[in-house]
Amino acid sequence: MKNILEVSGIEKKYPGVVANRDVSLLVREGTIHAIIGENGAGKSTLMKTLYGLIRPDAGEIKVFGEAVTLKSPQDAIALGIGMVHQHFKLADNATVLENVILGSEPSRFGFVIKYDEARKKLLEIAKTYQLDIDPDEQLANLGVGERQRVEIAKVLFRGAKILILDEPTAVLVPQEVTELFANLRELVKKGLTVLFISHKLDEVLSISDDITVMRQGTTVATLTPAGTSKKALAELMVGGELPKPIAGALVVSPESILSMKDVSYSRADGREILHSLNLDLHGGEILGLAGVEGNGQSELIELVMGLLKANSGSVEVLGLDALTTLTRDIRDAGVGYIPQDRQRDGLLMAAPLWENRILGHQFATPMAKGIWIDKHAAAEDSKRIVEEFDVRTPGVNVLSSALSGGNQQKFIVGRELSGDPKLIIAAQPTRGVDVGAQAIIWDHLMQARSRGAGILLISADLEELFSLSDRIAVIYSGSIVSVLDPAKTTPEDLGLAMTGATK
Amino acid sequence: MSTSTSAFSSLKSKAKFLVSSPARIAALIGGFLLILSLVERLTGSTDISSPGTSGATLRFAIPLLMAGLGGLWAERAGVINIGLEGMMIVGTWTGAWFGYLHGPLIGFIAAAIFGLLSGLFHAILTVKVGIDQAVSGLAINLIAAGGARYLSGIYFPPVGGDRTVSPLVDSFPTFTVPGIAPLLESIDAKEIFFISNLAGILNGVTKEISLVTVVFLLFVPLTSWILWRSKFGLRMRFSGENPMAAESLGINVYRIRYIAISISGMLASLGGAYLALVASSVYREGQTAGRGFIGLATVIFGNWKPGGVFAGSLLFGFTDALRVRQNESVMSLIIVAGIVAALLALYFAIAKKWKPAGFSIAVAAVALWINQKVDVIPQEFVTVFPNFATLIVLTFLAQRLTPPAAAGVPYRRGSE
Repeated sequence: MKNILEVSGIEKKYPGVVANRDVSLLVREGTIHAIIGENGAGKSTLMKTLYGLIRPDAGEIKVFGEAVTLKSPQDAIALGIGMVHQHFKLADNATVLENVILGSEPSRFGFVIKYDEARKKLLEIAKTYQLDIDPDEQLANLGVGERQRVEIAKVLFRGAKILILDEPTAVLVPQEVTELFANLRELVKKGLTVLFISHKLDEVLSISDDITVMRQGTTVATLTPAGTSKKALAELMVGGELPKPIAGALVVSPESILSMKDVSYSRADGREILHSLNLDLHGGEILGLAGVEGNGQSELIELVMGLLKANSGSVEVLGLDALTTLTRDIRDAGVGYIPQDRQRDGLLMAAPLWENRILGHQFATPMAKGIWIDKHAAAEDSKRIVEEFDVRTPGVNVLSSALSGGNQQKFIVGRELSGDPKLIIAAQPTRGVDVGAQAIIWDHLMQARSRGAGILLISADLEELFSLSDRIAVIYSGSIVSVLDPAKTTPEDLGLAMTGATK
Repeated sequence: MSTSTSAFSSLKSKAKFLVSSPARIAALIGGFLLILSLVERLTGSTDISSPGTSGATLRFAIPLLMAGLGGLWAERAGVINIGLEGMMIVGTWTGAWFGYLHGPLIGFIAAAIFGLLSGLFHAILTVKVGIDQAVSGLAINLIAAGGARYLSGIYFPPVGGDRTVSPLVDSFPTFTVPGIAPLLESIDAKEIFFISNLAGILNGVTKEISLVTVVFLLFVPLTSWILWRSKFGLRMRFSGENPMAAESLGINVYRIRYIAISISGMLASLGGAYLALVASSVYREGQTAGRGFIGLATVIFGNWKPGGVFAGSLLFGFTDALRVRQNESVMSLIIVAGIVAALLALYFAIAKKWKPAGFSIAVAAVALWINQKVDVIPQEFVTVFPNFATLIVLTFLAQRLTPPAAAGVPYRRGSE
């Protein structure tokens, strides 16, 4: 079997980050080739490079044996490479057929769409590859699995020979995954090639012909399902060694400050996100929450903050019932919240720092004076944060948009640790910040712990989890699947738990 | 998939560019006419179905229709056009001035060109510069009103107009559909139940109508055809629904929005020119009287579909027509509304939708009360009726309305 796609020496650098380095990949024609790796391992960068969305700094790509330069998705499409995005690019208020043909409409005089011809072609594709779609259905009526089939049909309609699927199963329920896999097998049977990105080991082992593992921006191994095991893959993904925990006196208080019992939560569309989840956090400890993104972490945080309401089970925060308590009262009880998206949830970008200091504390001293806001006190306290957390800014009157990401993050952490909170929800507290800022943030979190605060640390950064956490809970598919001791955990244990191999 | 299903689906998509199910609409109109005939027979007033009312309805509806279609073009492409009112003012002024200088045809052509430019201005501000769409539209309304007043003061007084009114402009010739209009008139005179009422209404729209009216009406099917049959229309709809999706497939969303918003301005401006050149024969300050905003309301009322916009403009045009006609016709209209509300209540009750049923009963009760207790209906009531109807549509059909998902949402090229 010949190689349809050959990639060698791909490198892509961003300021401060190497997204891809020395990446090489051989994809055989007519196979399902899985790419696995943790968040940030460089999978998406590689796929975007292959689809012409990113231009690599170095390296070579050969399609059907010929070296090519991909300047745009149009170039990739012309070469027969199609991409099924993780976030669908579809319009609800249009039919399946309209969504599929958009941009490649067969037309008369370049103006009148030949709908009959387009419909015939789509039905032929549907028949050939056994994709169950109705061209004239309104997209608004379709579920997630059907939408994905529309995306696949879109790519096939443009004559793609190589399909890249970016984490296609992340949005699907098990039943839909089975259907998708049947579709993918049908595609390769007809001679197409599928590149499949995932971090779920079971899936990868069951569907693929070849598996390439990526770690820290590079490809580390290519294997076949027969020649490997879950254990081996997990170890390759996570790497050989895990960082050791920072030593520190541990004084855990007996009563729990956050307790979630049998919590289930379903989205409005009926999809279950959290499934009888149990979690317990005591004062004076840092509980790390490990897991591949999208396994219910965001919803868990929003339940604790009272932003979402669980369908069943109980969520108790500092003795308050989070299901019936307002977010403001939860915060006032002593909860600090470092949101994972600092620009969306953490700051008003078009407001000065002193105003951002007031956010979330608008009724608390020293910011509030009766019904008025005390600008002077807010500015003074902002200056304290700027000093203690080494926020690099010309002053507290500058807009927060003027600060770099790391400095914005330090300011948020400073604000949320103000007033000695008893519970701190820290979601990705050091994502995208430099090493210096990371050290400062870690230091302050450890100090808060010594003061007796309990910290729930949600992080995709294993080093952070292992360095700070006293215990690590692993979330997978909306449940806590295991609670590990960072000092005794091996990479395999963690890798297996995060990818759902132990259940 | 079997051939019969594919044949059916092909048929379905062919029928789609018509408003929706034509049979259903015909049934609704027929039912309404039946109730109307009944009420007119009982009250002895025949004004609602008189040719005068239907003719006036059409004349009042056309400017609203053009503004509404203008709003539809812009919003389908993803940009809200609050500036319709200002673009109509552009049309009234340029239509009257160039019509005065070179005749009404040139007046319309000038209005189309200047309307196109006003649309292009809105497009540059919102698409390229990225100004808030409401702010840009508001600015156009203010600039157009101020600019028209300024130019009127300079150009009109020397040629026999004054600072707010242009000199008289020749109007467009009208025509009567030969054969049919006289026939309808004779049927109307016979006072046969239902048939004469229908004939009266049809007579009004076939007698002494302007050619411009007919041409402008063609914009309704033309817009439908472009939106649902043409390549440009499909891309335009996706620009309004999901510009990121369109861009990912290599479509130039900016260019499509430039074109669509320019056409939006042209249509609204032509609607304004109609006010100056067909509905009257003079430019008068304040002539548009908020019709641009009513046009926006017809877009919502019509669920962003050309046929729906037409229906909405007829409704608003109808009440405009009643306003200038007799008061007793309003009373018969209230009785009709009461009966319709009672029937709706029955319908909702059978469907076990208690809230709308209760509301409909309340409306019917109010109509009955007015009929019994009130002798003279205030004019204001008639004026406000279409706004009230839009409110009701929004309240009850809000969940079934399908506005373009990205309309009004700022979009920058390359954003995720």
